[in-house]
Amino acid sequence: MRLFVHQLRAEQKLFWRSRELAFFTFLLPILFFLLLGSAYGDEEINGVSGYQYLLAGMIGYGAASTTFAGLALLLVIRREAGVLKRLRATPLPPSTYIAAVLGSIIFIFLVEAAILIAIGRFGYDVPMPDSFASLILVILLGAASFAALGVGLTALIKSAEGSSAVVNALYLPLSFISGAFFAADTFPEVLQKLALLLPLSHLIRLTRDVMVYDDGIWDHLGDAAVVAVWGVIGLIGAVRGFRWEPRER
Amino acid sequence: MNAVEVRGLRKSYGDFEAVRGIDFELPAGEVFGLLGPNGAGKTTTVEILVGYRRRDAGEVRVLGADPEHADRTWRGRIGIVPQSGELFPTLTVLETLELFAGYYDNPRPPAEVLAHVGLEEKARAKTRTLSGGQQRRLDLGVALVGDPELLFLDEPTTGFDPSARRAAWETIRSLRSLGKTILLTTHYIEEAHQLADRVAVLTRGQIVASGTPAELIGQAPSTVIRYRRNGELVVLETEDPVRVLHELTEEALRDGTDLRDLEVHRPTLEEVYLSLTEERAE
Repeated sequence: MRLFVHQLRAEQKLFWRSRELAFFTFLLPILFFLLLGSAYGDEEINGVSGYQYLLAGMIGYGAASTTFAGLALLLVIRREAGVLKRLRATPLPPSTYIAAVLGSIIFIFLVEAAILIAIGRFGYDVPMPDSFASLILVILLGAASFAALGVGLTALIKSAEGSSAVVNALYLPLSFISGAFFAADTFPEVLQKLALLLPLSHLIRLTRDVMVYDDGIWDHLGDAAVVAVWGVIGLIGAVRGFRWEPRER
Repeated sequence: MNAVEVRGLRKSYGDFEAVRGIDFELPAGEVFGLLGPNGAGKTTTVEILVGYRRRDAGEVRVLGADPEHADRTWRGRIGIVPQSGELFPTLTVLETLELFAGYYDNPRPPAEVLAHVGLEEKARAKTRTLSGGQQRRLDLGVALVGDPELLFLDEPTTGFDPSARRAAWETIRSLRSLGKTILLTTHYIEEAHQLADRVAVLTRGQIVASGTPAELIGQAPSTVIRYRRNGELVVLETEDPVRVLHELTEEALRDGTDLRDLEVHRPTLEEVYLSLTEERAE
């Protein structure tokens, strides 16, 4: 436990000091919320205010950008720099290290989600959900699932140089077709069908149902199941494909 | 008590046999030099000994344990300076040492380690601003902060200028006097000669000679005699230097010539090393 806390603190320091990572994975969803909110926040989408609609999308986008993209980048960069290899030679247990990295990134996403919700509540008068417990469960489910996918993704990335290209090519289109930025029902049908196979559209819909329509997470177990199944896929990929040694050389 | 014991160690990458059946042992408290050219299998050997890689065959004991199945306590007793690899660029030197110190049950105080590796003035500098030599010293500091019994130094001075190398040698000698056991790889003969109690010469995955530096030189059968005749350098290797010198000087006296630049010496470690590694390469 002492080692976990030691590493968790180090991870927090490392995250906030790496400005690029902190900007792209933490701050960008908040900036997009302000930007897109100013563009169509006052309009009405599917019977609710644009701000309300957008907030759910931005929480989903935040999960993809922080716990999925951010985590994958952070781990690949450390792996290729030989840092993971060096850590493995110390008495720090690998499981403690992974737990601290996951704990740190999930904490960062929770802070981000809290900021998004606070901006929505106090800036744009977005009403709060009936069941805060459901909202927290949805956010934790999304964070865990995308974090597992992020670790799994590191198995597919061969170099530090190529990592941000691969990560961006995946999570940005994913966020787009999943309706994070705009309502997806005007998109071509094939994209909508594709989005339904992927976890983010379900996470966003779940967040929206809980935040906007005051449902509980248990009213939409199907969506929750899709997110969880993707989390398990990520976990399997992580267990089988995670490497401590640099892939290059 | 041996800190390291290796018997019949083998490791291949695909078709390439990096290590082809080597044996050696390293008694506790000694400095052992694994000397060889690039690609000889030095790093592969070290990576097996510290548990990074699995061996294909052979027996390995490091501090009494098999590195493939070693536990946390065992990792606390070894320190590694890897040949390459970065640290966290946004942490300061002191923060880096504090981070690593936190992984060990009985670390050395980071400030003390800082002084030991000569980086006090850089304590508050971010590691990304360090020069190559300073980063290497921080690598050593990170390996020392857990106060290990056994240190693996994989080419610790490669790329150093001569004065930085001498300073690094002093630091390594100070570790020896603290009672640390050290396994050092290097392709500098002088480094092995200066630091190691015993040396094994590794070429193409095999140990071709081993012993103290003096023994290695002694293994070479000959005395070397060099001189110039009509401006041309003549090098003779002989088991019988008295007779050869007698004949040479007698001939020179009779002909009224001189033996310019006459030198008689035992082969240097460098000459032994070159003859060993060249034989293998042929």
